[in-house]
Parts: sequence; structure tokens; C-alpha cells
Amino acid sequence: MAYFTCFTGILIRELLRFWQQRSRLISALVRPLLWLVVFAAGFRAALGVAIIPPYETYITYEVYIVPGLAGVIMLFNGMQSSLSMVYDREMGSMKVLLTSPMPRSFLLVSKLLAGAFISTLQVYAFFAIAWLLDVQAEPIGYLVVLPALVLTALMLGALGLLLSSFIKQLENFAGVMNFVVFPMFFLSSALYPLWKMQESSEWLYQLCLFNPFTHAVELIRFAMYSQFNAQALAVTLGCTLAFIGLAIWGYDPKRGMVRRKVGG
Amino acid sequence: MNLFNVNRFAKLTMVSLLALPAAVQAETAYVSNEKSDTLTIIDTDSLEVTNTVDVGMRPRGIIFSQDYKYLYICASESDAVQVMDVATNRILHNLPSGEDPEQFALHPNNRHLYIANEDSAVVTVVDTESRTVIAQIDVGIEPEGMAVSPDGKWVINTSETTNMLHWIDTSTHELVDNTLVDQRPRHVEFSKDGSLVWASAEIGGTVAIVDTTTRQINHTIRFKIPGVHRDKIQPVGIKLTDDGKYAFIALGPANHVAVVDAKTYEVLDYLLVGRRVWQLAFADNHSKLLTTNGVSGDVSVIDVNKLKVVKTIKAGRYPWGVVVKP
Repeated sequence: MAYFTCFTGILIRELLRFWQQRSRLISALVRPLLWLVVFAAGFRAALGVAIIPPYETYITYEVYIVPGLAGVIMLFNGMQSSLSMVYDREMGSMKVLLTSPMPRSFLLVSKLLAGAFISTLQVYAFFAIAWLLDVQAEPIGYLVVLPALVLTALMLGALGLLLSSFIKQLENFAGVMNFVVFPMFFLSSALYPLWKMQESSEWLYQLCLFNPFTHAVELIRFAMYSQFNAQALAVTLGCTLAFIGLAIWGYDPKRGMVRRKVGG
Repeated sequence: MNLFNVNRFAKLTMVSLLALPAAVQAETAYVSNEKSDTLTIIDTDSLEVTNTVDVGMRPRGIIFSQDYKYLYICASESDAVQVMDVATNRILHNLPSGEDPEQFALHPNNRHLYIANEDSAVVTVVDTESRTVIAQIDVGIEPEGMAVSPDGKWVINTSETTNMLHWIDTSTHELVDNTLVDQRPRHVEFSKDGSLVWASAEIGGTVAIVDTTTRQINHTIRFKIPGVHRDKIQPVGIKLTDDGKYAFIALGPANHVAVVDAKTYEVLDYLLVGRRVWQLAFADNHSKLLTTNGVSGDVSVIDVNKLKVVKTIKAGRYPWGVVVKP
């Protein structure tokens, strides 16, 4: 019961924070919509993108990038939560959270789940707008994709949490953008099929395959077409568990990064 | 790594459930592959290729006899129309066809084939029973499209270079009249009641609706797809639904099939299919439309009720014609 109270407390705090920053929702939606409407227009493949699984026929570029843009929403959210952790630490509100009698790992996982919930809501808002713009999948796909979205949000949130245990100051956050967000985004199958990448460079293609974000995007893409991609699930699930484990370790006052920082 | 295909499983379950009370009428589509000299046979229910059959050189136009016992194949580079036994997929014999047969049409009497001979500017009429040529009619240069009116009185041939529809009286086998249309007419299709003829002009980029009593153009349909250059819009194959609701027009290298309201002639939608879409055929009681995509070597399947492309199936090299056997 105490766990439940604690979890709802964290969830409500995250929701409140999200609600108070409504501009965050708008910016979270504007970013992928810019890609969908502007970038895809420039890249327009009115004559069709070659067929690759899970697609069963020719598609337009807009249809191709929707799963990738859903991933991007969650990638930015994961990093945003990392930013807010650093901010909380600097402002002292994290101390309040960490004084809770609940195990720290529970607090961190609660925070992750709350963040994943908000991420998933934003993705569905994006899907709704894409639907209105006539970029549509089969209706059942929007239900099947839900577990894939939650898992991806957890993985990226955990990555953000892990990073936040390393970042000492808010100013360092720009580095995260440069060294984490953009490489993860561009070295993935979000914007282009990987066979295109392989045609231009084999080692870039290999890098893309090592990128867990690629697998998360493919998991979402297959799920949207009611298909299951075992490799993508294995990689995404594995990375999620690894990132959560490392983040909990990173926040452990006895061993982790936080202590070293305080000590130094 | 797609171990388990949920979608297909769901479809199979649905199909098996539906199959119990009323057997699903699976139809069979035959696709001629111009460059691999084969026919690809597709089950229109599972949408899988079930067989590939070797035929003569450069098969293009294909058509069934009315009882679906025989399949006539224009083997252009073998200069013959081949007759295939549909039950065994064996070629029985060749019909005399004149040079380079490309498209043809079967008269409602189930006996006379009207064949366009692209290289020699004639239409050859062949009796499929006596296997003899019964007439040759001079027409314009590069004859191509062929259609017989539902009442069997008229045959229309299009000539790609003369840009005309040639009206041939089937009782006398004489050319009676011509209708000038836009550049490079490729294909003609009669409406179900025979009152109108739809004729596509490949280079003109238009489809003309011609009244069969006046033989004048009633209306011209033009096409415009955002992001696709006008020159790429080259209408070829035409199919009209039996209920008179839609016309589907294959737009060649524009890789789209236009959906047209068959009453108002308004273009309703453009559906993305494979590269260089050429001919069309309905399947499963007009609920599906199959398209041959020459350059990408595949066949796209359109759900006629939803107006959506549901699947694209790999065929041979340069699929050209398609017909469906119930």
C-alpha cells in the first residue's frame, strides 16, 4: 500500500509538472510534425518506397517515418527526464524524493514508469495528428503497438536516468544532445531503411545495427502492422533491463556516481 | 526475424471461420510476364503465387474463353496466339495470328478473336475453332487496344501512332468510322451496357469517354498527382466495376492507379502501386483489383471497397496482362 501511495505520488508529480509545462507537449509534438510535414515533403517519394518487412506493399515516405518519429518523441522525453533529474538535484527537490523510506530502486523505477506513461500519451497525440494528415495504419495496429511503445519509453527513460547520474551540471546537457540524441536518431532506421545505409557505407550500417534505438523503432514499426519482431524485442528488452540496472547502481549512494560527486 | 506473423494468423483464423458456413470462392489470377516468357498463377484468396508456367516468347495480352477452359496468349515474339488448356497448364496449339500480336478481344460468340498486329497495321480475325484467319482489316499505324461491344456488333481498335479509335462492324468486317483521340491510345473498355467507351491515351495523359451512338468524345479525364511530373502520368489499363460506381485507370510510370467516379468522371483518389502499372483485372466478385507492375516485377492487390492497396506480390519479369478465372 505504501508502495502504491509512493508510486501515485511520483506519477502525479510528473503529470503535474507536465501539465504546468504545456508548452512541452506542444514542442514534443511540433518536432515530429516538422519532420512529418516539412522534411517528408522535401524527401517526398510519391512514386513509392521499396517494399521491406513489415510492409506488404509500396508506401510513401510519410508512412515510413511515422514509427521512427514516435521513437523520437520518446527519445527526447527520455532525455528531458534526464535533464529534469539534474535540475531536481541542483534545486534540492530530489533530496525530498530520496528521503522517502521506500527503496531507492523503487523510487527510480516509479519515476521511469511515470515518465513512460507521459511519453506514450504524447505518441498517441502524434498518431492522432498523423491520422488527420492521412498518414494511417490499420486501426488494430494502434492497439498492438502499445506494449512496444511502453517498452521503448522505458528503455529511453532508463538511458536518460543513467546519463543523469553522470552529468554534474545542467550546462553539460548540451553534450547529451550532441553525443547521445542526434547520433541515436540519425544512426537508426527512423528516417531511412537500413538497406539504403548499407548501400552507401557498410560500417555506418553496422553502427546502426548496434544502436538500440534502431531496434526500438523496428519493434514499433512491426507492431503497428500487427507483426512481431523477435530480434527487436530481445534487444530492446535487454537494453531496458541493463539501463535500469546501471541507473540504479549509478544512484546508489554507497557505490554510484552520486556519491563520488558529493565526495569530490 | 519474423517468427510469428500475428496478422496472417488472424487472417487465417478469420478465413477458416468464414469458410465453415459458406465456402470462400477462391479465384485464380493468371499474369503474363513479358520478359521471362512465363505466366505467374496467383491464388486470389491467399494472395500467394501457386505456380509459374513457361509459355511462348514475350507473352502480353491474355484472355480466357468464355467457359474458362482455354487461355489465349499473345506470344508477341513467337508471332502466334497460343491456346493453353487451363486444367493442365499445357499449350495445346498455336493459332495463326499475323505478326507481333499484342492485344486481342474475344467476340461474345466465343469463337472469333480480334487480334491487333502491332507491326503490320492490321487487325486479324481468327476463328478459334477452324483455326483459320477469316479476315484482315487495315487500320492505323501500330494497332494496340482491342474491345468488342457487349452486343457483339462493334469491335474497336486503337492505333498508337494514328491516334484513333477504329470502329469495325463485325458483320461485314469493315472499318466504318474513326474517332480522333489524344496521343497514343493504348486501351479501350466498353461500359457494361455498351453505351460508352473509355479510351486511354498514354502520351496525351488523358482518358476519353466516347458515346457509341455518336462516336464523339463526351468527356476527357485528366490526372494530376502531387509530386509526380505530368509526363510520367501515362494512362494505360482501364477497368469499370459492374455496379457502375468506379473506373480504375492504371497510370503507367506514375506508379498509381486512379480511382474515378464512373458517373461524374471526377477523379476520387490515386492509389500507390508498383512501378509502371500496366493492366488491371477484378477478382473475387469485384471486391479486389489486381494490377501488373512491369518495372518492379510484381502484382499489387487493391481492396475495391476500402480503396486501399493491401498487398504487392512478386511475379516474373515485366508482368504485362492479367486475367482472373472464378
